[in-house]
Amino acid sequence: MLAFAFKRFLGAWPTLLLIITVAFFMVRLAPGGPFDTEKTLPPEIQANLDKKYHLDEPLVMQYGRYLWDIARGDFGPSFQYKDYSVNELIGAGFPVSLRLGGSAILLALIIGVTLGAIAALRQNSRVDYSVMTTAMVGISIPNFVMAPLLLLVFAVYLGWLPAGGWEGGSFRNTVLPIIALSLPQVAYIARLTRGSMIEVLRSNFIRTARAKGLPEHTVIIRHALKPALLPVVSYLGPATAAVITGSVVIEQIFGLPGLGRYFVQGALNRDYTLVMGVVIFYGVLIIVFNLIVDLLYAVLDPRVRY
Amino acid sequence: MRIDLKHITLIPLFILIGLLYGCSGENESSQKSGIDTGSGQANTQQNTASTSTEPGKLVLAKQQIFHRGNGSEPQSLDPHKSEGVPSSHIQRDIFEGLIGETPEGKLIPGAAERWEISEDGTVYTFYIRENARWSNGDPVLASDFVFAWRRLLAPETGSYYSQTFAPVLNAEAIIQGKMKPETLAAEALDERTLKVTLKGPTPYFLGLLTHSSTFPIHPASVEKYGDKFSRPDNLVSNGAYTLSEWVVQSHIRVDRNPRYWDNANTTIDTVFFYPIEDQSSALKRYRAGELDFVYEFPINQYKWLKENLPGEMRTPLYLGNYYYGFNVTKPPFKDNKKLRQALSMTLDREIIAEKVVTAGVVPAYGWVPRGVYNYENEEYDWMSLSKEERLAMAKKLYEEAGYSKDNPFTVEIRYNTSENHKKVALAIAAMWKQALGVNAKILNEEWKVFLENRKQKQVTEVFRAGWIADYNDAFSFAELLHSQHGINDSGYVNPEYDALLAQSAVEPDPEKRKTLLKQAERIMLEDYPIIPIYYYTSKRVVKPYVGGYVDNIMDHQYSKHLYILEH
Repeated sequence: MLAFAFKRFLGAWPTLLLIITVAFFMVRLAPGGPFDTEKTLPPEIQANLDKKYHLDEPLVMQYGRYLWDIARGDFGPSFQYKDYSVNELIGAGFPVSLRLGGSAILLALIIGVTLGAIAALRQNSRVDYSVMTTAMVGISIPNFVMAPLLLLVFAVYLGWLPAGGWEGGSFRNTVLPIIALSLPQVAYIARLTRGSMIEVLRSNFIRTARAKGLPEHTVIIRHALKPALLPVVSYLGPATAAVITGSVVIEQIFGLPGLGRYFVQGALNRDYTLVMGVVIFYGVLIIVFNLIVDLLYAVLDPRVRY
Repeated sequence: MRIDLKHITLIPLFILIGLLYGCSGENESSQKSGIDTGSGQANTQQNTASTSTEPGKLVLAKQQIFHRGNGSEPQSLDPHKSEGVPSSHIQRDIFEGLIGETPEGKLIPGAAERWEISEDGTVYTFYIRENARWSNGDPVLASDFVFAWRRLLAPETGSYYSQTFAPVLNAEAIIQGKMKPETLAAEALDERTLKVTLKGPTPYFLGLLTHSSTFPIHPASVEKYGDKFSRPDNLVSNGAYTLSEWVVQSHIRVDRNPRYWDNANTTIDTVFFYPIEDQSSALKRYRAGELDFVYEFPINQYKWLKENLPGEMRTPLYLGNYYYGFNVTKPPFKDNKKLRQALSMTLDREIIAEKVVTAGVVPAYGWVPRGVYNYENEEYDWMSLSKEERLAMAKKLYEEAGYSKDNPFTVEIRYNTSENHKKVALAIAAMWKQALGVNAKILNEEWKVFLENRKQKQVTEVFRAGWIADYNDAFSFAELLHSQHGINDSGYVNPEYDALLAQSAVEPDPEKRKTLLKQAERIMLEDYPIIPIYYYTSKRVVKPYVGGYVDNIMDHQYSKHLYILEH
């Protein structure tokens, strides 16, 4: 297993380099630059800015310089937020996104798996239908609809919870964003669990377990649940990476200082270094979580051995 | 593993109830937005609210904390590196320039207690207050201003606003790197006396000094911390407040500066600036009582606000205009004034302002907005004609330009992606179609792509544009259409217009200068390089317990002028 992990670790580098290269040149291909605003800068000042940020060099040289910088862990200064470096921005935003996203995924996992399992056990009953209908609604209502609705009900009309802000991450401020973030995940995980659970319940080894006269809860928990969770686990890898790097919609609506909005704002502002920084960061997370998922497979599924 | 299933079946029900409850609230507002009730008067009605009250007569809240929505995250708090209105609002609280402003926007002494202007209007001598102090206790010196201004102009700084200082002698040569920053015609005669020599009489020079880019910075901390001097622990400032906390994308906290010379007249102790870009979220936080001040409400909530929070919504005239430009460097608009005039005359600006845009914006028939200091704006003569007469005239011009219903003109309207711009573009395309049979295609582009296309003048035909003045003077609008100006995206060139602007720059007599600028505006309007559409309004919502709040056309709102009443 260690050898496998090491092999995967080595294999990750070319992937990462590819991500960096593609992202670097794609961002540069977009028309307009970081210092283009409605106000036109005097050409001398534009030239000075370009020089300061090395934008006057040939693109290949800039690429080389960038690789050298990130090799030393320096993502460079942000073009947009001039008082901060990209490292500082990611360093400040990631703990927020991690807490929100981590809690959301955990919540989604607990509720989603429970609901999915119950629905599968009561297949085609009223319970099953209502869980699946809710799940369908949860998947189809986008975040930018759900989040303002939650705000309107719980913050504006009922006044139970704050309508936004981070406040150093107080519990009250995180409840609504976590719910909004986890709802679509709950729905998705519930459907995944139900589907695979139904399949597992029909398989031979479950029939054997039942035939042996094992009590039903042992059959479900010890024998059925583990294999039924495999599709959920493989979904969880990329989903966790996506959720903990922040959601621009949730962050904008709740006014949270997470990472997610830097993807969108960085791209719109042509803040080259910031976009690259978050893309690389996201890339690394995806690679890491996929590795974890692969390792978990070996734990969950006796047929998988590395 | 027995779970009480009854409760689980309730979950979808609960969500549904939540949905319905939420929806009814939202629907309310969207339904109301179909009805119009003479929105044009909105600005005048609210201007007087809560301005006549004095803090002495009212009960102040025990906690003087002001929660201020502030649009977007400031790019920087360094006065020379920041750009955009949100950072200026914070900088006006933490720094103080030579000139201050009353809540109404009148110029008053700031860090300078008085000043003298030479007879020809080119030499300004400022006397800095003896009790002006930096937040670390150092006295504010004349040389601090010289230091700041040299840095503003030095090409290495890369300031977006270096051109604010263009009226000062040698400033332009310094920006271009032809002269050293030390040659700037601003010198400290002694610790408190500052002499500034201008290129020509610039009647708006004092107004320029309220712009955040002209604020002083503390030389010792710039030398010590370099680019990081504007961080919370490093920043030494000379305004009514000091920077205490800056959590990027969350909030900026400023606290009362006990060393500020006028500290005795400051009421609010702490101000939180929240960078909330999503306007609906800002309004929700306001309704939930978390914000005292909404920077800009979403335009689709105008009708809702008007009915539900009428005393709190404020839409005063703002010094900005929304217009369409013609690319006059290429066909079909090159040398085709008749066509341009016909298209301009066809627009029903009242409908656009009152039904399409709403929020109290004012239909525009001229270039310089109303309310500019020492100016009466020029407007098209045909403004007095009835709509039918205008249309008849426009049709005639359109036909003279060689187009007709059978041979319609085809054009592309380009705008940057935004709900409001789209609505305006659709309305304009429909008006042209209906009146003249013009086939207008509308095309939206992402902001930076749009800017580049507009600047290059290769693919643009008709494009959206807007301008918000940096200082309260007609010249801040007039210069935009100067043949050499960087934002003249129409490519308009008229030597006569340029000559009048040049003349106005050296004219010491304000009345004569005004006549020159008005003459220039008239000439430009008659050339039709642009279509004025409407003048902007601010879109504020302010709690009734925020005292001392007065609308002003520059939208300069200093927290030190405000106070929080018991509520």
